[in-house]
Amino acid sequence: MKPRKAKKPHLVLVGNGMAGIACLEQILRYGDMFDITIFGDETHVNYSRILLSNVLAGVHGFDDITLNPLEWYRERNISLRLGVRITGVDPVAHTISGDDGAVTSYDKLLIATGSHPFVPPVPGLEKKGVCAWRTLDDTQRLLEWSAPGKHAIVLGGGLLGLEAARGLQVQGCEVTVIHLLDTLMNRQLDSTGGHYVQRKMENLGITVRTKCTVRAIHGKERVESVELNTGKILPADFVVVAAGILPNAELGRMAGLEVKRGIVVNDFLETSNPDIFAVGECVEHRGMTYGLVAPLIEQGKVLAATITGNKGPTYEGSSTATKLKVAGVEVFSAGVIEETEAGLDIVRYEDPGLGIYKKLVLKGGQMVGAILVGDTSESGRYMEWIRSKEDLTAKRRNLLIPEPPKDPGASIAEMSDSEVVCGCMGVSKGTIITAIHDRGICTLSQLKEATRASAGCGSCAGTCTALLAAVAPGFEPDVKQVLCSCVPFPEEQLREMVHTQQIRSVQQVLDIYGNGTGCEKCRPALSYMVDMVWCGEHEEDRSSRFINDRVHANIQKDGTFSVVPRMRGGVTSPAELRRIAEVAEKYNVPLVKVTGSQRLDLLGVKKQDLPGIWADLGMPSGQAYAKGVRMVKTCVGSEFCRFGTQDAISTGVELEKRLENLFTPHKTKLAVVGCPRNCAEATVKDIGLVGQEGSWQVVVGGAAGKSVRKADVLVTVASTEEALESAELFFQYYREHANYLERTYDFVERTGMDKIRRETVYAVPEARAGLLDRLRKAKSASYDAWLEREQPKTATQFVQIQPMEAPEEVSYR
Amino acid sequence: MSWLKVTPAENVPLREGRSVCIGRREIAIFHLTDGFKAIDNRCPHNLGPLCDGITKGTTVVCPLHGWNINLENGKVLKPDVPVGVTTYPVRVIEGIVEIQLPEMKEAVA
Repeated sequence: MKPRKAKKPHLVLVGNGMAGIACLEQILRYGDMFDITIFGDETHVNYSRILLSNVLAGVHGFDDITLNPLEWYRERNISLRLGVRITGVDPVAHTISGDDGAVTSYDKLLIATGSHPFVPPVPGLEKKGVCAWRTLDDTQRLLEWSAPGKHAIVLGGGLLGLEAARGLQVQGCEVTVIHLLDTLMNRQLDSTGGHYVQRKMENLGITVRTKCTVRAIHGKERVESVELNTGKILPADFVVVAAGILPNAELGRMAGLEVKRGIVVNDFLETSNPDIFAVGECVEHRGMTYGLVAPLIEQGKVLAATITGNKGPTYEGSSTATKLKVAGVEVFSAGVIEETEAGLDIVRYEDPGLGIYKKLVLKGGQMVGAILVGDTSESGRYMEWIRSKEDLTAKRRNLLIPEPPKDPGASIAEMSDSEVVCGCMGVSKGTIITAIHDRGICTLSQLKEATRASAGCGSCAGTCTALLAAVAPGFEPDVKQVLCSCVPFPEEQLREMVHTQQIRSVQQVLDIYGNGTGCEKCRPALSYMVDMVWCGEHEEDRSSRFINDRVHANIQKDGTFSVVPRMRGGVTSPAELRRIAEVAEKYNVPLVKVTGSQRLDLLGVKKQDLPGIWADLGMPSGQAYAKGVRMVKTCVGSEFCRFGTQDAISTGVELEKRLENLFTPHKTKLAVVGCPRNCAEATVKDIGLVGQEGSWQVVVGGAAGKSVRKADVLVTVASTEEALESAELFFQYYREHANYLERTYDFVERTGMDKIRRETVYAVPEARAGLLDRLRKAKSASYDAWLEREQPKTATQFVQIQPMEAPEEVSYR
Repeated sequence: MSWLKVTPAENVPLREGRSVCIGRREIAIFHLTDGFKAIDNRCPHNLGPLCDGITKGTTVVCPLHGWNINLENGKVLKPDVPVGVTTYPVRVIEGIVEIQLPEMKEAVA
């Protein structure tokens, strides 16, 4: 036992999870009244258990979900003992003992031991490859086991089970969910709602078996299969148990406290022993146990008042409202959800095509419950109605119709101060505004630290930001720019997720991480991303491409298109020129123009003429319409020019051959010049090669468009091959790291040339080889888009549809 | 008003549009996740070909200058202007997209 010299009473907290720490944070607000020791049987600092599903799905790393880092404990002089399980308590001696043998005395004991997974009695559960899912370590184990093609069986189709299924499915596993009842998430949903969620899960490729149990788990040492009650055998590489949770009340029993399902507490969160308190999932209050975060936070606030001698506030139970996103489906559930008594009016709305289901339960003009699946945008309003018991008689006709926001700030302004913004942490609008004013908060991260708002599931981050924007004088938006409100993640993170989660289509990204719909901004960006990461081993979705990339031509102001054949290095031949001239006449091309890129442009072409023109030209696409490699402009160089020091033309043609047909975050223009006189303007191109006597200077990030920027020198090298390779290294680095629609000149300024050199031309050989390998892979998967004239993506890619029937009035012809 | 057979449904890929000339009208047919829509193929702004736009939900974004048009009622959603585009009822019978045109008195002239 550690001798303690301080006179302050010793508060010992058993349980280092969300409930205990949230309560402790409240206790500390009353002042520095205790010496504090915390015991946790996990080896991690306090993290958000809610976000474990995101760790499993690869959205968050382990570090991202930490709520209280070690410094937090240190700064508050809290003695933190991790990896120790408390196995005994002596309420008379006021001591507890741990499995490390140490005995610790306490003045006040706070039990926040949470819960443990309920494991149904199934033979074979002891085999390797069976895991309950509760902790960070469990999550890590599941991530190690999962790999594309592995068969995962999830026992339990409740919230936890579906989150596990979604995470494993994202990791590429073949997932089957086995659920005892007919309705998934039966605690939150009625049977219709459950079936909507089920359909969505099945659309994601997850197999769902309801009204089904596991009779046995088979295998020698490791799991090999599971046997269902129907006798059916399913192959299994591992089994996840997510069938519910039970309170960890053992310590209460040992202390002789009153324990039923959980440790019984009164409205002040006192147990039957005056020096022992309990909070969180391990307690039972008025016959209820809770497994969601919001009730634990409410309990913590009351307990903090009680334990610090400010007894007064009472806890009267929590409404069991849930708003969450499970497997990409938004679900909200509150209050009464089934027709359990007479006199209830049910208002329903369903759209199976969109997967939207809404059910409102009314009683005598008041709302008493609601279920929303697929669209929870109105949940705040319904929750407030349930809470306030407002008489809705006058609004009855419009209950399902959202009130249109009058101005962007209106929905914020209309919220009452008592309305809860962060359901996980129980933070109201009023609390947030007070914090913003009193502490001069300007950013979301400061707000999160001060109030805990948005530290749970994070779904209220948008509202918190809107509040900050409306209230904080010095508001600063978070530095991390997200791609789009449809998929609210930074592009860097999305690229990582597409890669690690093996996501191979735009729709899948939108379904799993976004709103399922997307828009004209994020769809093309995601198309590029999926293509860049998978190099052809992806599902090409033309509906996500801008029209230019659907028909491989640049749309003009009148809806016609322009055609620019590739003319590498600006070099052509009499035969090519003749064909271009013939095509222009044959198709009555209204305008032929020499472009600024040393090529010829045929303007005013109808969509249906494109395949014919390409065939007659017999030249590859110049990609003048794409976010891709445009051209390599060249000067005459040493072959003909009397000042030329390097062979610009053949180097330029070679560079163009190596990079052509590849797509980039924005258009990429290149040039090669044979001497520093710079006739082909290489120093204002995205990538330029500038010949010097005996060497090449490789320059990047130049621009001569809306803004004019002189390119930065990437490197100077002796040989032409080194110069080409340096250009390739930068090119691939830009492809992998730039945000969509970010030109090289913005990219180099954002990234910094030092970092770019360090990670391209000066990188270790393996890193350079990696970039070049990925470039070669992309190159070998690329092709001349104009060959789609022979194999169109769809039968009607270029043609206008001819109607099968004409209206009778066509006689005017 | 009668229904006109236009084209087999598979000729309009999911979430894309295709144009078709019927009489004097050029109509864009869209295949959305919740069914087919038909609308005049001209953006009220600069006559852009709506059939070439990217769809988001039940909205099409004109490829020329990004006007947003609701395919269900033809209303312009972005920018906020009080103009619209004519829409037509569509149905799919035995895999064939059919649309219904209003009486076309003007066509006889």
